[in-house]
Amino acid sequence: MSNVVLFTIITLSTIGAASAIILYFVAQKFKVYEDPRIDTVEQALPLANCGGCGYPGCRNFAEAVVKSESFDGLYCPVGGNETMKTLAALLGREAVEQEATVAVVRCSGSPQHRPRTNHYDGAKSCTIAHSLYIGESGCPHGCLGYGECVEACDFDAIHMNPETGLPEVTDDKCTACGACVKACPRNIIELRKKNPKDRKIFVSCINEEKGAIARKNCAVACIGCGKCVKVCPYDAITMENNLAYIDPVKCRLCRKCVVECPTHAILEIGFPPRKEKPVATEESEGSGSNIS
Amino acid sequence: MEYILIIISAVFISNIVLAQFLGICPFIGVSNKVETSIGMTGAVTFVIVLATVITYMVYTFVLVPLGIEFARTITFILIIAALVQLVEIILKKVSPSMYQALGIFLPLITTNCAVLGVAVLAVQKDMNLVQSTVFAFGNALGFGLALITFAGIREQLDLLNIPKPMRGAPIALIVAGMLALAFMGFAGIV
Repeated sequence: MSNVVLFTIITLSTIGAASAIILYFVAQKFKVYEDPRIDTVEQALPLANCGGCGYPGCRNFAEAVVKSESFDGLYCPVGGNETMKTLAALLGREAVEQEATVAVVRCSGSPQHRPRTNHYDGAKSCTIAHSLYIGESGCPHGCLGYGECVEACDFDAIHMNPETGLPEVTDDKCTACGACVKACPRNIIELRKKNPKDRKIFVSCINEEKGAIARKNCAVACIGCGKCVKVCPYDAITMENNLAYIDPVKCRLCRKCVVECPTHAILEIGFPPRKEKPVATEESEGSGSNIS
Repeated sequence: MEYILIIISAVFISNIVLAQFLGICPFIGVSNKVETSIGMTGAVTFVIVLATVITYMVYTFVLVPLGIEFARTITFILIIAALVQLVEIILKKVSPSMYQALGIFLPLITTNCAVLGVAVLAVQKDMNLVQSTVFAFGNALGFGLALITFAGIREQLDLLNIPKPMRGAPIALIVAGMLALAFMGFAGIV
């Protein structure tokens, strides 16, 4: 009996010790050298693993940063300039600053503005619905409303508004990682320059159809009339394929175009309410100054 | 002929996952995508075959002569754990891309009861070394068949309108049950 106990202990100890020794030597022999700076850099990153930098995760980004000589094409949109400065200090390099951006949803087609012409009963996925047909309304560019951008967000910064059926971005939480931009099959979401106090002016429509057709399908569509282009004092607005686009860098947030737009497709967000002007009262009331 | 019979019975008739219900954890855990399940199958095949050969030798040449067959389970676990570590270290150096692709699944194999199950079954059935190797390979194939089929079904499930409380794990478990029922049809062929 005591023999059995003894044999068991000896056998197990031998196997354990033998595997430990083998593993030790194999680990020595097959040691992979890793730059210790990769760990330091990784710790300085937000560690959200969102992929906004173009690499699969924070560790891959850290590897790329340590390997390359400069910060060319390497930027962590989540950490922003502060993180890049920390990295520059860690590695003894010059930081390259980039302007902060925020995601903006360029569609205002709530059911109230954009009548639903049919009912879709298939898979509740934007990508699938987009590949199948035009969508529940007549607009081939408008938001499908199945919330694939919401699922893509790692930061809880984008949510569907149940009333409008459109996604809304919480600016404070948005890190401009670009996951929602990639997730949207219709390219409705755009990363635009972040202005002080989260103010923004943008054309909330990406419909490139002719004015009459766009207007018929959606009351707040850009009809390509060009009035905003004429009124803009900074040449920030361009008209292409029946669609106005406001250059976020050139725009000085003067809000002249917002009043001019006949369909209220240009939105202003985060501004204080306008003073009552006797001339343009009607338009300024309807311009939707407090949609946020 | 004998070896073909062993493989067919291991893959279809007594499938390690769907008939013997071993290795359910990775079967549910890493079956979200076909691609990852193929990677997992590759790693599991490698470990199962190697582990069965080594445990078979340890059992026949160490445990049986010493008369301590009762210590089978703990000995096998020890060997499998060391083996998985070894594979991980070597793979990291030799093929970093493969290591990246398998990443999380490699250490998971240590706790995969299919590996232990096959090793124990091989010695229980009084097979010789070649037979147990073939038996291990057949079981690994069966594991792969179940895992990849299930992953394919789950990819299709994502596209359906499943009632909300049933989404995710619940519907996956129901489908796993149906797959097991389907494999019962093979029973008694050999």
